[in-house]
Amino acid sequence: MSALFADHLLSWMIAMPFLGMVALAPVRDRVWVLSGTLAITLINVALALYLWSGFDPANDGLQFVERIEWMPTFGIDYAVGVDGVSLLLVLLTAFLPPLCVLGSWDSITSRLKAFMMLILLVQGAMMVVFTALDAFLFFMLWEVTMIPMYFMIVLWGGPGRIAAGLKFVLYSLTGSLLLLVGILGLSLQAGTFDIQSLADHAYSQSSQFWIFLALFLGFAIKLPMLPFHTWLPDAHSEAPTAGSVLLAGVLLKMGGYGFIRFCLPIFPEMAHTFAPYVLWLSVIGILYGGYMALAQSDLKRLVAYSSVSHMGFVTLGIFSFNNEGVEGAILQMVTHGLTTGAMFLIVGQLYDRTHSREIADYGGLQQRMPRFVAILSLFAVASFGLPATSNFIGEFLILVGVSYENFVFVVLAMGGIVLGAAYMLWMLQRVAFGQPRTEAASKLTDLSVREVLTVTPLAVAVIAVGVYPGPLLEAMDASVTYVVERLATVP
Amino acid sequence: MEGIYLTIVLCPLAASIVAGLFGRQIGRAGAHSITIAAVAVSFLLSAYVLKAIAVDGAATYNAAVYRWAAVGALTMEVGFLVDHLTALMMTVVTFVSLCVHVYTIGYMHDDDGYQRFFSYISLFTFAMLMLVMSNNFLQLFFGWEAVGVVSYLLIGFWYKRDTAIFANMKAFLVNRVGDFGFLLGIAALLMYTGSLDYVQVFGHAERLSGESIEIVSGMQWSALTVACICLFVGAMGKSAQMPLHVWLPDSMEGPTPISALIHAATMVTAGIFMVARMSPLFEHSVTALSVVIVIGATTAFLTGLLGLVQNDIKRVVAYSTLSQLGYMTVALGASAYAAGIFHLATHAFFKALLFLAAGSVIIALHHEQDMRNMGGLRKYMPITYWTSLIGSLALIGFPGFSGFFSKDILIEAVHASTTPGAHFAYWCVLIGVFVTALYSFRMFFLVFHGEERIDPHVKSHLHESPWVVTVPLIALAIPSIVIGWLTVGPVLFGGFFDEAIFVLEEHDVVGELGAEFHGSLAFVTHAFVASPALYLAAAGVLVAWFLYMYRPGLPGQISEKIDVIHRLLVNKYYFDWFNENVLARGTRCLGGGLSRFGDQMVIDGGIVNGSARVVALLSIVVRNLQSGYLYHYAFAMIIGLAALIGWLVVEL
Repeated sequence: MSALFADHLLSWMIAMPFLGMVALAPVRDRVWVLSGTLAITLINVALALYLWSGFDPANDGLQFVERIEWMPTFGIDYAVGVDGVSLLLVLLTAFLPPLCVLGSWDSITSRLKAFMMLILLVQGAMMVVFTALDAFLFFMLWEVTMIPMYFMIVLWGGPGRIAAGLKFVLYSLTGSLLLLVGILGLSLQAGTFDIQSLADHAYSQSSQFWIFLALFLGFAIKLPMLPFHTWLPDAHSEAPTAGSVLLAGVLLKMGGYGFIRFCLPIFPEMAHTFAPYVLWLSVIGILYGGYMALAQSDLKRLVAYSSVSHMGFVTLGIFSFNNEGVEGAILQMVTHGLTTGAMFLIVGQLYDRTHSREIADYGGLQQRMPRFVAILSLFAVASFGLPATSNFIGEFLILVGVSYENFVFVVLAMGGIVLGAAYMLWMLQRVAFGQPRTEAASKLTDLSVREVLTVTPLAVAVIAVGVYPGPLLEAMDASVTYVVERLATVP
Repeated sequence: MEGIYLTIVLCPLAASIVAGLFGRQIGRAGAHSITIAAVAVSFLLSAYVLKAIAVDGAATYNAAVYRWAAVGALTMEVGFLVDHLTALMMTVVTFVSLCVHVYTIGYMHDDDGYQRFFSYISLFTFAMLMLVMSNNFLQLFFGWEAVGVVSYLLIGFWYKRDTAIFANMKAFLVNRVGDFGFLLGIAALLMYTGSLDYVQVFGHAERLSGESIEIVSGMQWSALTVACICLFVGAMGKSAQMPLHVWLPDSMEGPTPISALIHAATMVTAGIFMVARMSPLFEHSVTALSVVIVIGATTAFLTGLLGLVQNDIKRVVAYSTLSQLGYMTVALGASAYAAGIFHLATHAFFKALLFLAAGSVIIALHHEQDMRNMGGLRKYMPITYWTSLIGSLALIGFPGFSGFFSKDILIEAVHASTTPGAHFAYWCVLIGVFVTALYSFRMFFLVFHGEERIDPHVKSHLHESPWVVTVPLIALAIPSIVIGWLTVGPVLFGGFFDEAIFVLEEHDVVGELGAEFHGSLAFVTHAFVASPALYLAAAGVLVAWFLYMYRPGLPGQISEKIDVIHRLLVNKYYFDWFNENVLARGTRCLGGGLSRFGDQMVIDGGIVNGSARVVALLSIVVRNLQSGYLYHYAFAMIIGLAALIGWLVVEL
């Protein structure tokens, strides 16, 4: 029994959400649906922590590997495993869904069970994406993540949900198509779908460029990088709270993960060729996202554009090809998941009260909602990278990493940090302080215990990682070094 | 010793957490008792550390206490560097903080946010200690940001006031611009030296001064100069040097105790401290020193003038602080770091005193801050009156008072300096002495002497402030008088800073002055013969008396005569106007423009819908096969997929 458990830990983590969906099917009572989903997601948190405790940070290879033949004719396996890069993203994928359940407790009133099943489906699919060792498996579940997200947006979203959902699907499909082309291009030449073997194959010069480009664009749309980002503000702002959290918290990270898992190790030369353009796009994205966030009058759109800016940091770090940059980028992905997830949760709590996302409809919330303002302030300052919050470490490492490449990028990216303080503090000023600007804003009630509990784990994590990032960095260090060394062999 | 240092730092943090999270449970008395006790412990231990280092000659402590993270060759640590400079700063910070804590009991007596306020000021003390005790750049930056955040929280403490929350955002953003430079400087040093540790980075200083980088093509700069100027931009933000000074006057929206603690005595001097700490770097870059001295001199002179036209009592003191920070900066630029730090220390006492005295007046008059509604307060508030007089005399440099020694030596050092721009700076600081005396005693006469212009209702129960207010005033008044006399010899000329501050031999102006120093008394008597500053200060007081006591109608007539200049001063040289109408509005317009033009027109309108239009055109051809919006896309994708797979198959 214990061997069945211990040898298949990853499979259990993957299966848990799907088993949960089945288990939920006969349940009718609202509270049972909610607490059942919460229980399932909490089991996955426990499994994730167990996984982390068994993870050996000194090992730069794959751990917890499971491999079963699936479609032998095509050389497709069910193969999963984690290294330092995927471990952190798996943790994030386990950590956010219970909070999504808590965040949807009162706000989802129709078709609750279906909504909970979609949350579980996203989690299950994401688990596979971050652990897959087989490119086909990776691609298949990558596609699956899109579907629940689409339904979350169009069925439970805001007033503009239909258009936003369509835009999300169209962009995602385009990205998937390019990704499919890229993966097929890889496997047709290498004759395998195994990601590690793909990296060891020598590809023909003429095809390298095109395959790299297809993969790169597929990941860049998902991340999203400028100029492929315009689906994000619409999707984020129209999605229900849990949808926004999952989207920002884990789905975007598939893009960054793809760069590290596919683009860099498989085509180190191409990565070097593309790097200058990517770095420039990144800093432009950082500044552009910052300016856009400054111009928004809608709270969720503001947070969405701040994501564009933060994702610019991620690509900036990844494409600086050194330990500092890549580790900073991975940390940035994790902390962005924490802070932006929290931002959406807490903005959702406000939205539940007034059904308005307009900044102009609030003001003076400190008077009636001191707890809310305290939490909002914490995540606002974390979002622009205040020291002792997790974001600072990520951004600082990225800046250090990219400074070895070209100092100009540091200067420009720093401009984005200044803008970050500007849009967050200005938002805070207009929402939280001064006098209430509407009748409704002056009559709000403060957060309930459940609402505080929903964001408390994230607050703790943001500060804990900010003060003590050691374990996370150690966990990824060996794996990142492996990728970086691979890149360094290019003449 | 490590245990002592940790206790000094962590006591205020622990107290702050308790007062902040459990304020309701422990009540008002609980909140102030625990924070005051914690800061008192920090102060006593700091004093002990100062004694151990300065008197008993304990060795400099430099070690890491906690490893934050390590990536590649980079280690990020928390560590302490405790030498003479640090010990002095620690003692000053904790002493002023203790006085302010006690004073707050009286000042915030009726405020709803009593516990929150104590929590913040204790947190500030922690952050400031982290900043001054750091042994590496990262922790320095941590403290630097943390004091900024607490300052933000405290300026906006009365969050219902629109002016307060505007002021705190302005303060934070202007400081962020400074931090921008500061972090760039740190990143540049890290890039060139591979380390964040002070001592290791300092070891590379000479090499870096030889390495040149090209920022604008054709212009060769030494890497060290660039790094130093970047660091100094950070100091300009935190220590409010022109043109990043605009936040400090507005920060007066916060409660008075924090104006004294943060915006006069401690946080705003962090920039000065930082440059002094970085003396091994700045010494090797004359260009950077020159930038420092010119910026400092400009600030010292121009902001002093602004103090002449303010009517708000706190704003006069705020402009005075700006001007005095300019003096300290000038000293740094002249390589007279020790003189700058000495002025920092004396200024901390007398400027905190002036702020707290102003606060005492403000609460006595029920939050009236306009000096036009004061006057003749001398007989109602004797302790506040006398302590204010002591503070003002110390500020203008009355012979024998603390400010006299620090300012006189500073001016002499600038006179002797060879830094390019020192000549200009000398005239600025010299004329500045006259301006200082003029605005200080203008304020003093308007508040305490002359006609009583007080609201009659307030006047009926006007009385001296309670003991929790007056005791800190007295506690600060004593060092304001004597600290200069007692310590100038040993601290400035006795080699106190020899280990902590590095000065090249050819720049060592303080050392030159030291050769002519023969005790405090001789220094004072010598000043009567040789110091023009002394007579300029006397002239300033005399003119103030003439204008505001003898002929009170005259200032109005003068300002009408020189209307253009008067308007320039009242509008603060139009810095705020420029920032709000050009920079802030420009940035917001750019954001709005990008949103409309970039995202909506070019990307969504042009590229995305444009490609949709191309597909739509294509679909005219195949209209019979397909219809419906979504299918157009799907169809295009299938064609595309087929084409790409076809290409791959042919190619491979």
